[in-house]
Amino acid sequence: MTTTLDPIELPEIDFDHAPSREGNREIQFREALREAMSEEMRRDKRVFLMGEEVAEYNGAYKVSQGMLDEFGAERIIDTPISENGFAGLGAAAAMYGLRPIIEFMSWSFSLVAADQILNNVPKMLYMSGGQWGCPIVFRGNDGAGGQLGSTHSWCVEGLYSNVPGVKIVIPSNPYDAKGLLKTAIRDDDPVFFLESERMLGDKAHVPEEEYYIPFGKARLVREGDACTLVSFGRPVHFCVQAAGRLAEEGIEVDVLDMRTIRPLDIDSVIESVKKTNRIVVVDQCWPFASVASEVITQVIERAFDWLDHQPLRVNTEDVPTPYAKNLEAAYQPNPDRIVAAVKKAVEA
Amino acid sequence: MPKKTVYKATIEHLQILNEDGKLDASLAKNTLTDEEVAFLFEQMVIWRHFDEVAFKLQRSGRMGTYPQNKGQEAAALGSGFAAKKGTDFLVPCYRENAALFLHGLAPHMILLHWMGDERGNQIPDNVNCTPISIPIGTQMLHATGIAWAYKIRKEPRCVVTYFGDGATSEGDFHEAMNFASTLEVPCVFFCQNNQWAISVPREVQMASETVAQKALAYGMPGMQVDGNDMFAVFKATRDALDRARKGGGPTFIEAVTYRLADHTTADDAKRYRDVKEVEAWTKKDPIIRHRKFLESKGLWSDKKHAEVEAKAKKIVDEIIKTAEGIEKPSPADIFNYTFAEIPEQLRVQRDTMRTNSLGQDPSQTGLKTEHAHTR
Ligand SMILES: Cc1ncc(C[n+]2csc(CCOP(=O)(O)OP(=O)(O)O)c2C)c(N)n1
Ligand SMILES: [Mg+2]
Repeated sequence: MTTTLDPIELPEIDFDHAPSREGNREIQFREALREAMSEEMRRDKRVFLMGEEVAEYNGAYKVSQGMLDEFGAERIIDTPISENGFAGLGAAAAMYGLRPIIEFMSWSFSLVAADQILNNVPKMLYMSGGQWGCPIVFRGNDGAGGQLGSTHSWCVEGLYSNVPGVKIVIPSNPYDAKGLLKTAIRDDDPVFFLESERMLGDKAHVPEEEYYIPFGKARLVREGDACTLVSFGRPVHFCVQAAGRLAEEGIEVDVLDMRTIRPLDIDSVIESVKKTNRIVVVDQCWPFASVASEVITQVIERAFDWLDHQPLRVNTEDVPTPYAKNLEAAYQPNPDRIVAAVKKAVEA
Repeated sequence: MPKKTVYKATIEHLQILNEDGKLDASLAKNTLTDEEVAFLFEQMVIWRHFDEVAFKLQRSGRMGTYPQNKGQEAAALGSGFAAKKGTDFLVPCYRENAALFLHGLAPHMILLHWMGDERGNQIPDNVNCTPISIPIGTQMLHATGIAWAYKIRKEPRCVVTYFGDGATSEGDFHEAMNFASTLEVPCVFFCQNNQWAISVPREVQMASETVAQKALAYGMPGMQVDGNDMFAVFKATRDALDRARKGGGPTFIEAVTYRLADHTTADDAKRYRDVKEVEAWTKKDPIIRHRKFLESKGLWSDKKHAEVEAKAKKIVDEIIKTAEGIEKPSPADIFNYTFAEIPEQLRVQRDTMRTNSLGQDPSQTGLKTEHAHTR
């Protein structure tokens, strides 16, 4: 009898196979995530999903709808309200050969599991001299915008990306979400996969056939030579809107969707900066020691002489996330701010 | 050496007023007077109405997500009434509005909170409670800390902290319980076991038969009460507070109750709850039994009930008017409350409403928000 712990030979991933983004198989972001998990679970019986409300309730945000019916209660597992508990159980499962997907209802609640996800998982391979890896995926909602108050609105990427040993994925659309989540599940390292409640209902064409998207490869969403706009996750949409408005005034910009923060595709950023000589980074985290700061530092280190204007960034304000609708809107990056920043960069 | 039993325990369940409104007179001795029951029942009717109206406000887009308290009012009122207003301190989660109101929190503050306004959390100096706590379980440690302070200062004051059955799965709960019992602090851990944590039933949440027995592991007295019976809730809480005030340490009370409404306005409990279960608990609604009791005493009538309902409507209308009449917060507010004194960088950021790298230079204007310069 084979057990779930026996090694499994999986077919090699072909990252070059990238089916078209054009088509009419429109599905929601949440469905794309579900397809990614379900496809990998069908292929690999070591993969399971665990978290609060994922099974009987079909997911607090309906990402795992129907998965309990298909995979059963052994693989779609409801937990008590014990984030540190199920993060730690997941870590051990990963160390001993399973492939857990752990859902945090919100990344805000991952903070009560901080020791497991930051102090255990990312260091396990290192501390065991390469013996115990942690091929685990933690996923859930990240980011403000839903009027959930400051404790419920965390953007964890700024904080967590400081920690070596984890990969951090932050897709902006259904197509990327699916391809990146499949890669995350197949990856041998721990992956933090950041979704947004604001985008789960977004629809786009997602091809029927399987595909994987490599980590560390940004996507050029829009081309121009006036300025480089760099973003990741939900604010990519704000950048695209801003780029559209700028184009009406004859300012064409490159918009780069980083897709993964760790690894960071700085090469693509540098290549674009060498063309535009200007950069604005848009980041939904707080400004201090943020991913935006990191991108800009690396640009300065590698392409200082190519810059015609000091790099600019558009972050949230440097305060806890406001609860009130009008304050939250003022706090977050938005197209107005992005347009203003780009104009500032190109006016010189 | 023969084997011997080193620890044995039982958990008691206290009920004084049953579902039919019948009172156990001997147990009821030295609990609530008739006048007090009538007063608390009136509160129950008012805050039930408040809850129903809050639900409608959310449905009509006038408020954000709201967790109804429906069915749990006796637990909130009985325990809140046992705590000394102005002396004791309440550390709530989000399902005991009536207890906070008894202790003087203006009800529009709760609406303001759920309308998405931080100012709903500005607790007046003369009200002893912390704001509603959203991260599950974290407030119990604060309660333990506050109670510890009372002990150190030798103040005869106690803390009552509220949380749900689901919250007892969090590590914070266990750490709070352990601290509280080893430090012997004057804290009452009041668990509203409403049988559900969103869609997770109590028996899936935990394997223990009662929630109360979790206290035993910490050497803390633990008991169960009928949470829909104000007499039982009051007596258990008052006795626990009396003991705590005399230096007897913490107590755990499991109030067995039921969430008659959805988890929040974002939930639809019909999808996971059996109608029969809800029907059975609807019969145990605290409003039904306390009304029956008062009627049997000649203290309540249909006419009186209609009067109280009309009064409730007026009171709640006023509360909504107050909450909705408050001017929207100014964008400058988000900067004003981040530090005790606003640092220079943040001041510049406030005055320009720009993000860090842009905001460093006050000469860069253009995105000022209406109120940005008002403070
Ligand atoms: C740390 C944390 N994890 C998860 C949640 C999401 N959540 C909100 S309420 C809730 C259920 C709480 O159940 P219980 O403690 O029984 O209280 P009840 O809502 O039934 O009153 C959950 C899981 C949260 N707010 N905080
Ligand atoms: Mg509960």
